[in-house]
Amino acid sequence: MSRQHASAMAIPAVGPRARMRAFFGTSAARVATAALLILVAGAVLAPWIAPQNPFDLAQLDILASRLPPLSRGASGALYLLGTDDQGRDILSAILYGLRISLVVATVSVSFAFVLGTAFGMIAGTAGGRIDALMMRIVDIQLSVPAILVALVLLALLGRGVDKIIVALVSVQWVYFARTARAVALVEKRREYIDAARNLGFSQARILVGHLLPNALAPLIVVATVEVAHAIALEATLSFLGVGLPVTRPSLGLLIANGFAFMLNGEYWISVFPGVALVLVVFAINLAADRMRDVLDPRRTP
Amino acid sequence: MVKLIAGRILQGFGVLVAVSLIAFFGIYAIGDPTSLLVDPQATQQDVEQVRHNLGLDQPMWRQYGLFVGSLASGDFGRSFATHEPAMRMILERLPATLELALAAIVIAVVAGVPAGLAAGTHPGSRLDRVVMTASILGFSLPTFWVGLMLILVFAVNLGWLPSFGRGELGSWLGIHSSLFTLDGLRHILLPALNLALFPMSLVARLTRSGAREALELDFVRFARAKGISERRVVFVHILKYISVPIVTMIGMQLGLLVAFAIVTESVFSWPGTGKLLIESIGRLDRPVVVAYLLVIVSIFVLLNLLTDLVYLTLDPRVRFDAGAHAE
Repeated sequence: MSRQHASAMAIPAVGPRARMRAFFGTSAARVATAALLILVAGAVLAPWIAPQNPFDLAQLDILASRLPPLSRGASGALYLLGTDDQGRDILSAILYGLRISLVVATVSVSFAFVLGTAFGMIAGTAGGRIDALMMRIVDIQLSVPAILVALVLLALLGRGVDKIIVALVSVQWVYFARTARAVALVEKRREYIDAARNLGFSQARILVGHLLPNALAPLIVVATVEVAHAIALEATLSFLGVGLPVTRPSLGLLIANGFAFMLNGEYWISVFPGVALVLVVFAINLAADRMRDVLDPRRTP
Repeated sequence: MVKLIAGRILQGFGVLVAVSLIAFFGIYAIGDPTSLLVDPQATQQDVEQVRHNLGLDQPMWRQYGLFVGSLASGDFGRSFATHEPAMRMILERLPATLELALAAIVIAVVAGVPAGLAAGTHPGSRLDRVVMTASILGFSLPTFWVGLMLILVFAVNLGWLPSFGRGELGSWLGIHSSLFTLDGLRHILLPALNLALFPMSLVARLTRSGAREALELDFVRFARAKGISERRVVFVHILKYISVPIVTMIGMQLGLLVAFAIVTESVFSWPGTGKLLIESIGRLDRPVVVAYLLVIVSIFVLLNLLTDLVYLTLDPRVRFDAGAHAE
């Protein structure tokens, strides 16, 4: 990516601001970003904007259970998206569920980012046998589907927020490792690394202070895609009943909870949380796709 | 060449040993399943008796030793829940999973290859964009969610197709399968479509990029210059050229689909190995989980080996390179 930096210095137009402008150049990217902003804002502000606290049993009215969308409860409260089998307002449940899904995904991806990048950069700069051995581990893990690795880990660990984070990190670090290694292999031959080495800087300082900033662009793209993956994978695991505990109803658990009622035609309990899930995952993927185009000049047509 | 294949087999064996170790010791650590199996009213003596019968009072390494020893004689231990041999439970469920994976691959190829060809031979067209967007959806939408939507639309609202189970099984050449009866086919359609989503997107993308690449090559120009019809150029010349990577990918996908079927089987109550795995995890049925893992990983290793062999026969260049590399 240092080539990009060089050109950034030569032609001032290719700075971060120009890149931002390029990013918002397509309507897909604009719509995706807007949708993401709304969803994230809804999740962050859930305790203040949700009509109801779905964890507070005192606020739930069992008589108002399984009401269709746009119904009103006994107290006159409007249930915009209906209620579930415990009289919980679906819209509130979605906002709180999204919160849990987003927190679990971003925390997992952050850990995976740090671990995977460190692993990949060490492998890439070490080279030779150490590199071959380290990448063997990555290859073997990549040959087994992520869902299987996560399921087995959760079978060993049990349910829980911390456990699902461990499972997601174990699945995702490899993608960062692969990307970081590829960048490290290219960058370590560049002159600025030689210069840093000749100045007598320590290996750690060169890795963190010099190599890492130049590897950041592709890693951020990977991180964005992986947040979407993490959300989808966590939802799947929770749907299968091996992910988050029932006390932490993420989107996946909400969907699982409504599945039985869907067969009777009470679609809203599952469908609306599902729509929120799909919107988040798809918007992040669209944004990541555009980011890749903007950050990697070779890919732009 | 022999050296290469021997190396692959050895590597596969290594993966299997590693998986058996991780699975066995890991699953040992999740706690004592006796508390789930024994009536809470039971006396301490009864609990000890059950632990002794299951071999849980032995040290961990002895249990693994016994486990490997019995593996060699084809015994994967008995399920804690049903007391049936774990291997038999897996094998009984395996045909259901395999038929589902097979049906999904057929759908993926039948729909994905034409879509990819159409998109690849008309780069930049509206059709191209539609196929590309659809494939992004296929990659990014969670499988279980698409399964639910298929059920909602085709089973609940339209009432056209059943939403769970295998239906009536037919028998042909001693194989019992849903694929041989009309009722069975009606049952398999929705789950197979659900499972096909991911490989379909992959096949479409691979075919598209292959076709795009082929359009620029001399042999296609030459075929066109000879006055061969466009249809023949696309379906004979280009398709032949891109078949090798597609066949390779299908081989590898088949193994992955057996694992991805875990989700689809749970959504559609399809009585396959994936559903058994989820049930077994839920009731801490250690031997069944370990047996499942070993069977699935063996399938992966075997399919990867087969794919390599097919690749070697289809593409002589690989044979030469690989041989040179192995020396």
